[in-house]
Amino acid sequence: MLEVKNVSKYFGGLAAVSDVSFSVKNNEILGIIGPNGAGKTTLFNVINGFYKPSKGEIFLNGVSIGGKKPYQICQAGMARTFQIVKPLRRLSVFDNVVASAFLRAKSKQEAKQIAEEVLKFTELYEDRDTLSKGLPLGKRKRLEIARALATRPKLLLLDESFAGLNPAELDKSIEIIKKIKENGITIMIIEHHMKVIMSISDRIVVLTYGQKIAEGTPEEIRNNPEVVEAYLGGEG
Amino acid sequence: MKKYMPFITLGFFLIFPMLGVSTYVMHIFILLLMWTTIGMSWNLLSGYCGQVSFGHAAFFGIGAYTSGILYSKLSMSPWLGLPLSVFTVGILSFIIGLAVLRLRGPFFALATLASGEVFRVTAENMEWLTSGTLGIMLQQRLWVSKLPYYYIILSITVAVFLLMKYLLSTKLGYYFVAIREDQDAAESLGINTTLYKTIALIVSAVVTGIAGAFYMNYMGYIDPHIVFALHDISIITIMIVMVGGVATQWGPFIGAVIMVLLQEVVRSIPGLGAMHQAIFGGLLIFIIIFLPNGIVGDFKKIKRFFGLRSA
Repeated sequence: MLEVKNVSKYFGGLAAVSDVSFSVKNNEILGIIGPNGAGKTTLFNVINGFYKPSKGEIFLNGVSIGGKKPYQICQAGMARTFQIVKPLRRLSVFDNVVASAFLRAKSKQEAKQIAEEVLKFTELYEDRDTLSKGLPLGKRKRLEIARALATRPKLLLLDESFAGLNPAELDKSIEIIKKIKENGITIMIIEHHMKVIMSISDRIVVLTYGQKIAEGTPEEIRNNPEVVEAYLGGEG
Repeated sequence: MKKYMPFITLGFFLIFPMLGVSTYVMHIFILLLMWTTIGMSWNLLSGYCGQVSFGHAAFFGIGAYTSGILYSKLSMSPWLGLPLSVFTVGILSFIIGLAVLRLRGPFFALATLASGEVFRVTAENMEWLTSGTLGIMLQQRLWVSKLPYYYIILSITVAVFLLMKYLLSTKLGYYFVAIREDQDAAESLGINTTLYKTIALIVSAVVTGIAGAFYMNYMGYIDPHIVFALHDISIITIMIVMVGGVATQWGPFIGAVIMVLLQEVVRSIPGLGAMHQAIFGGLLIFIIIFLPNGIVGDFKKIKRFFGLRSA
């Protein structure tokens, strides 16, 4: 689905991401973990097109997307959410999703239909008339997911969609993510919440100081001494 | 009641000239409609798409000068110049857009302000084409009566109103607002922000250009200081929409009514001189503090203030 080959991103002399390679298989959930400042979000921004990779190549379904614009990459079938949520504040929840549904919809009616479906799927349908700036954080994070889903992606990039959620919201979001996977969408997810990432990921990539230090199943990662040392500390 | 407002308003404007009003009042109404048109065009780019322009005088002036130059150099009827100005404004606004649409927020605003000034200075200095500060004068206006002008600008205004209403109900409308609310989010949702900003700019510019070409025909005289004026065109445009209500359908109209009437009232007070600018400034401050969404946008607030809560 997605192949990241030797990608580096420098800001001035600083390597935020250096020589990272990995691939995402069809219909899996790939978790990306790492301490603060490890370059996870930068990596997302490179994959999603906000930054051009300084080095390396990225392929989506075999097509090179490195250096393409975010909107082109989204049209190619990759959608993302933001760690710091970016709702279209003065629009209702419904219109937020309609705006992104237009990417695939041929008519306004179809866009509304997609939006309705997606909102029911993410359990935001009751809030459809609320202005998105008035939503609590948990729902705003879900709105990000809803908006991304409305573009009918094949690959979904989730940037800390669980951060700051209360336990009830957490369970709901986990359930939604599992449902998204069942619908055949591949997911790549950045997450700090260890319990969540260990339970939903099929495989995990670990970043530290911009470098990939490990890759494997949650079980392997948990028992990898390097990861334990770099990241999990004494807990492992 | 609310549903019939557009028809009542339109009906009023249609029969208004038959009420036997003086040519002065007709003149005020013509200006009012022209400003409504310009306000609506600004509202599309700056209100809905969020790209705040301080340079709409550029488009107004280009429209006016296209029509004026075609008349003075090629002796073409200025009415033919009006549709032709669509092309010049379209092309020039596209070129302006290439430069200014790379910028965001206040930088965009400053760049548009500069582009307006660039065209003013250009028009002043390209004397072989524009007659410089002497300006261009129509030897003879087509009609002595104001009636034809009135109905022409009325149809332009109604057409633009419907066009805006239509555009905003389509995909374009959603995309414009998405870009206003968050450009990065819009981009990551698959919206080609550069393309849609350019569309908003060109549509907005062309409509303002048409108003400019109409102005040339109606007033019969233009010079760079009039049609490329920063304060009398660009800033007044912004004020009209701010007062009436940014990103509202009726805001430009309400704003134009208030601003044009206010301008006339202020002008009729003797000895006020340049004070009128201070009055406008004060009004703008008042609006920004108490009615940030304008009269239309904050109508509920106004009703509450006057105790007219219609539960």
